[in-house]
Amino acid sequence: MDGACPLPLDEYPVVLLAHGGGGRLMQRLLDGLILPTLGVCAGQSLHDAARLDELLTGAAGRLAFTTDSYVVRPLFFPGGDIGTLAVCGTVNDLAMAGARARALSVSLILEEGLPMHTLWQVLSSLRQTAEAAGVRIVTGDTKVVERGRADGVYINTAGIGAVPAGVSIHPGRVRAGDAVLVSGDIGRHGIAVMARREGLQFETTIESDCQPLWPAVAAMLDAGLDLHCLRDPTRGGLASALVEIARQAGVDVLLDEAAVPVAPPVAAACELLGFDPLHVACEGRLVAFVPAAQAQAALDLLRSAPGGEQAARIGTVRGPGGQVTLRSRYGIDRSLDMPAGELLPRIC
Amino acid sequence: MSSADYRDPATVRRLLDAIAGTVSRPWTLMEICGGQTHAILRAGIDRLLPPQVTLVHGPGCPVCVTPVGVIDQAIALAGRPGVTLCSFGDMLRVPGSRTDLLAARAAGGDVRAVYSPLDAVAIAGREPGREVVFFAVGFETTAPAAAAAVRQAQALGLANFSLLCAQVRVPPAMAAILAAPDCRIQGFLAAGHVCTVMGLAEYAPLVERFAVPIVITGFEPVDILTGVLHCLRQLEAGQARLENAYARAARTEGNPAAQALVGEVFEFVARDWRGLSELPDSGLGLRASYADFDAVRRFGLVQTPPPDPGECRAGEVLQGRLRPDLCPAFGSRCTPQRPLGAPMVSSEGACAAYYRYRGQAA
Repeated sequence: MDGACPLPLDEYPVVLLAHGGGGRLMQRLLDGLILPTLGVCAGQSLHDAARLDELLTGAAGRLAFTTDSYVVRPLFFPGGDIGTLAVCGTVNDLAMAGARARALSVSLILEEGLPMHTLWQVLSSLRQTAEAAGVRIVTGDTKVVERGRADGVYINTAGIGAVPAGVSIHPGRVRAGDAVLVSGDIGRHGIAVMARREGLQFETTIESDCQPLWPAVAAMLDAGLDLHCLRDPTRGGLASALVEIARQAGVDVLLDEAAVPVAPPVAAACELLGFDPLHVACEGRLVAFVPAAQAQAALDLLRSAPGGEQAARIGTVRGPGGQVTLRSRYGIDRSLDMPAGELLPRIC
Repeated sequence: MSSADYRDPATVRRLLDAIAGTVSRPWTLMEICGGQTHAILRAGIDRLLPPQVTLVHGPGCPVCVTPVGVIDQAIALAGRPGVTLCSFGDMLRVPGSRTDLLAARAAGGDVRAVYSPLDAVAIAGREPGREVVFFAVGFETTAPAAAAAVRQAQALGLANFSLLCAQVRVPPAMAAILAAPDCRIQGFLAAGHVCTVMGLAEYAPLVERFAVPIVITGFEPVDILTGVLHCLRQLEAGQARLENAYARAARTEGNPAAQALVGEVFEFVARDWRGLSELPDSGLGLRASYADFDAVRRFGLVQTPPPDPGECRAGEVLQGRLRPDLCPAFGSRCTPQRPLGAPMVSSEGACAAYYRYRGQAA
């Protein structure tokens, strides 16, 4: 990380409960660290609510709105941190509705004792990722809770995005014959976080796939592709995303196991831990349902987007129903379901 | 060969052709290990085999065979102030008679999933003010690590570490299944990873006593089909031998260092199995010289009689007497979200395998 924490660390090296008290100390935290690190310009006085007219002027069509909370442990993992996630997760949720993120709120829940330097690192990631995603942070909130009542930092972000005119992306538009695409190899994020959390050493460091997805979506929209449905397979992984869409759209999906891209280190880690890569979380991948005739064009665009080299066509919508079927490498079909609950390492 | 080669579709096809060319009449084989059961269901091997070959799923899921009474003891320990209960992740969601360890954690208990018993020893070292109990479940594969944990805790002088020991051994369970008067198993695929530790010697008496072929088998589709082929060749030729089809990992003598470690810390004890009742010499218990590390003794735990299993027919599933999807509760009143028994909840369980890979309409 370039630069240094702007708050004099010798004075307050860690977050204190008093930093959340609404008094001078809190003002100092906001003015000295949070706002400048997030890139909120000096003199841009924060009101109780942000006005968005300017940001949204010229955004023809409709608005999209979403919110999500980020509670990842550890805060830092190969390929990202909670700040990267808190921006990517929300702008990606907007992108999955075809919306370009315009404005973001950031709400921080800090644990007493959190090193100020750690907070600064997280805020710096938040800002860099927001800049990369082309979204402005316009409002926020900060609370401090007692030591032991949080894992360092929890972040909630909410985002408003603009859906370009004529764009309509939702499960109801999925049709029989649609091609199912994935924008890259799956499962990196879940394994990267778990490996760091549990102190597991693999031969290759597995980096999270965490990244903003709007550039890939924009490229496909700009090319005039008719995206029927998009979904980012986060918790629950690719399997849950597909099962959810199949149910919502009332269609049967046939998934080709051999076509699903999984990086060899991720596959090896899954094997060791007893996980199915189809159930492991991604944070920078999308699943796209597009008309079969546009599948190749969409794939070409996905493959030229950052991190999209492994984009692949992984399945086809067969017809009405609501089930996802996985065709194994040996030609055997089996039904695919969401995982039952928390992913837990197996016993032997 | 790389691990991908053991999933190669062309090799799988060749083995299936060889099996089809070998089999002339119906045969029933049991795969012992839950990992094999999942591999079979996941790849659809049971549906690729000729109809004359029936695969029956054995009791080889350590989570499934752990009796409810011991799980209740673990849950009770997790609820005690000052106690940290550690176990493998799989164990945390298996229901006891009233609740499970995840619920105990949500209720305020200190329950932690670890990857190795040694992780639990490390916790005991870091947190001397807490009593750290490792809930040791598993077959011969997990026993060396449990033994190493006890030795390490002793070497470090940790007085706050103990084992709630539910370790079990595979051969006595195989003997119990074969000795049942209505046993229909004609050949066994034995669990390769158990043999990597224990070697092959324990199986020879079973082959002799019950005149049944036992083939040591691995976990990839090519391994499993190779095991099936070798078993069928013996059966068709009227033979019953012990064969190692997993020689790349399992040596005849196993891992003598691991065996020595297990033998030093543990001794054979009678143990209650879910579905198989109490079997002599089927468990590993701490030797008297390591009794200080026995959580049952340290905390004065008593085992209450197992509750009525109600509608759950896990016992029959674990003995290979009932295919999971033929249980009347399967997929309706018993699902991974609301399991009636351990085989539906464990990631190695046969009921979970059918539900996961065949859907509730299996």
